[in-house]
Amino acid sequence: MQERKVLTELQINDRLLWPVLETASWWWPAVTVAALVLGCGVTAVTIMVTLGEGTTGLNRPIFWGFMIVNFVFWVGISHAGVMISSILRLCQAEWRRPVTRAAEVLTVCSLATAALFPLIHMGRVWRFYWVFPYDFDRMLWPDVRSPLIWDPSAIFTYLTGATMFVFMALLPDLGILRDRTTGWRRTFYAFASLGWRGNPRQFKLQFILGILLSGLILPVFVSVHSIVSWDFAVSLVPAWHATVFAPYFVIGAVHSGVSGVVTMMVVLRAAFKWQDYITPDHFDALGRLLVAVATAWLYFFMLDLLFAIYGGETREVGVMEQRIFQWPWGFFFFLIIVLGYIIPVSAWMFRSVRRNIMWMFAISIMVNVSMWLERLWLIIPGLQNKERLTFDWAVFQPSLIEIMLVFSSFGLVCLGLLMFSKFFPLIPVWEEKEGQLFREEIKIGNRIVPAIVRE
Amino acid sequence: MAEPTTAVKERKWGMVVDIDRCSGCQACVVACQSENNQIISTEDIVQQKRPHVWMRVERYWEGDFPNQKAKFMPVMCQHCENAPCEPVCPVYATYHNAEGLNVQVYNRCVGTRYCANNCPYHARFFNQWERNTDSPWREAFSSAQMIAEPMNDYLNPDVTVRTKGIMEKCTFCIQRIRRVTRTAKDQDRDVKDGEVQPACVQSCPTSALIFGDMRDPSSKVTAKLKDARAFHLLEDLGTKPSVTYLKKIDPNYKPAKGH
Repeated sequence: MQERKVLTELQINDRLLWPVLETASWWWPAVTVAALVLGCGVTAVTIMVTLGEGTTGLNRPIFWGFMIVNFVFWVGISHAGVMISSILRLCQAEWRRPVTRAAEVLTVCSLATAALFPLIHMGRVWRFYWVFPYDFDRMLWPDVRSPLIWDPSAIFTYLTGATMFVFMALLPDLGILRDRTTGWRRTFYAFASLGWRGNPRQFKLQFILGILLSGLILPVFVSVHSIVSWDFAVSLVPAWHATVFAPYFVIGAVHSGVSGVVTMMVVLRAAFKWQDYITPDHFDALGRLLVAVATAWLYFFMLDLLFAIYGGETREVGVMEQRIFQWPWGFFFFLIIVLGYIIPVSAWMFRSVRRNIMWMFAISIMVNVSMWLERLWLIIPGLQNKERLTFDWAVFQPSLIEIMLVFSSFGLVCLGLLMFSKFFPLIPVWEEKEGQLFREEIKIGNRIVPAIVRE
Repeated sequence: MAEPTTAVKERKWGMVVDIDRCSGCQACVVACQSENNQIISTEDIVQQKRPHVWMRVERYWEGDFPNQKAKFMPVMCQHCENAPCEPVCPVYATYHNAEGLNVQVYNRCVGTRYCANNCPYHARFFNQWERNTDSPWREAFSSAQMIAEPMNDYLNPDVTVRTKGIMEKCTFCIQRIRRVTRTAKDQDRDVKDGEVQPACVQSCPTSALIFGDMRDPSSKVTAKLKDARAFHLLEDLGTKPSVTYLKKIDPNYKPAKGH
């Protein structure tokens, strides 16, 4: 573990800042593709808003569909970045250094994307601000009993916190960039770096801020997905009103989020030629974390089933029966277990798989396919209401518009990451240098082992 | 001038549905649709399975051929005392008023559709389409005009026409309740029992539907509440509906022997 090449400060600067200072040959094509994918979604939203929600597959009594599933999915993805970053920062784990920023930025991009979905899902999007307590003069308040008020509050708190977190860690790098650019870029970085000079006092304050924000954001991170789960858990819909939903959703979010970080790290490593920075050690560590997370997730997944059977409520059992034995939900159930747990965890048991980049890439994508299906599997069957007032049984069929929206959300997240990579380094330069300062080689027997020295 | 005392505070409107008398003729459904300016259930809308039927008659088949029987159950918004749709609305677009009605504020609704998900009776209907539009895009998705010519000349002036993106549901014909209570107030008298008649009640040929004030001890509705046949839909959910159903009488029923 932690065997890295020793690099000089100049080398670090060159290798980490090149995507910002030059333009990679693939950057414009990548941006074009992402923008086209996003454009697909913009078209879909335009059609949906002009003509009405009839363009979606939503139909009585299934009023929430792909858009809400996708919302939960992206909130889930947003959960890993800040968790990895803040927990590792608090533990002062040295290997975190190259991973943190990319993970945090993934959090911000996916959370912003997620926040869009409940908005475009509204029947009257142009009135979205009515869920905020803004109209003091007319005493028109939102209803704080509604989970749909808790939801935007939690998400925007998290978005603000995560953005501050990224900005805090970005300050020293903005200083470096200011000194290395000319023209409008220099003006921009000079403004953004808030007068960063890199003196010991500034570094000390920034360090304290980092620790404080890490500590503060952890409870927020747990609360966000709990509150998202309450959107379902406080309702009267059979198989939705489960008390286990909050921890279940949080652990599911971490499962899909950490896998999302793995996927992104593989792409970054190849795209920016950062093999010396993002090493198999990182994938090894994340793989081990994922074994624990996935197992905890499976535990809650099974608990959810167990509670329905144990409670023995006819309607709940009816929904579970539908989820497990009826097409296509039974097939999804199979996929969720196999792709989300059995294949990944058995593979992560092997050190050789955890250290193999392509394997990790394939498995992490597999996990997220399974997690997307899991949200679909959790949300839709309950609404199809297969037990009460049988006259109104219905089946949900997504329309092309909804599929386009889901597809385009990936474009939006990729576009966000690409834009960030053009303006800011995705691996923190100052953290790398700090890491090099703390390092020292110690000879133990015949091996030279890197050790961390702190005052 | 008489004080507006009796009108608002003391009433609790309720309905009794006698399933035994219901013949499944659907007159209530049509009356409700034309009274409340609901969208016209054209072929296209029905094929999308999106007709608006605030009052619907659920038909259940019982037994096997040739001894097959149809049972009918009219279902509308139950105006629950403990309504699941109310606390989940982020903007108070649906709330309980002093007369025991579950009220939908069309102007305030933003269309989160949480209320409709949470309604166990599926009594809520969403305005899926822009009302009437000439947009060529529209043709690709649905040819339906919500209230096409010449039906737009037949709209009830007492009821708003809802735009796309908002939720609507049975109001117990609140416009009729208001008209009767105001007339009564003008004439300085109380509202008589049976004076308020929602469209469905008025149109029911078998008098299967009875509407009235559940707090008035002498009203027909209150009398029926004590009937041995009385039950509520999905009573175990604890929603306390204002609509009471009367069970179908089984002509072949024989009390169990012994005991």
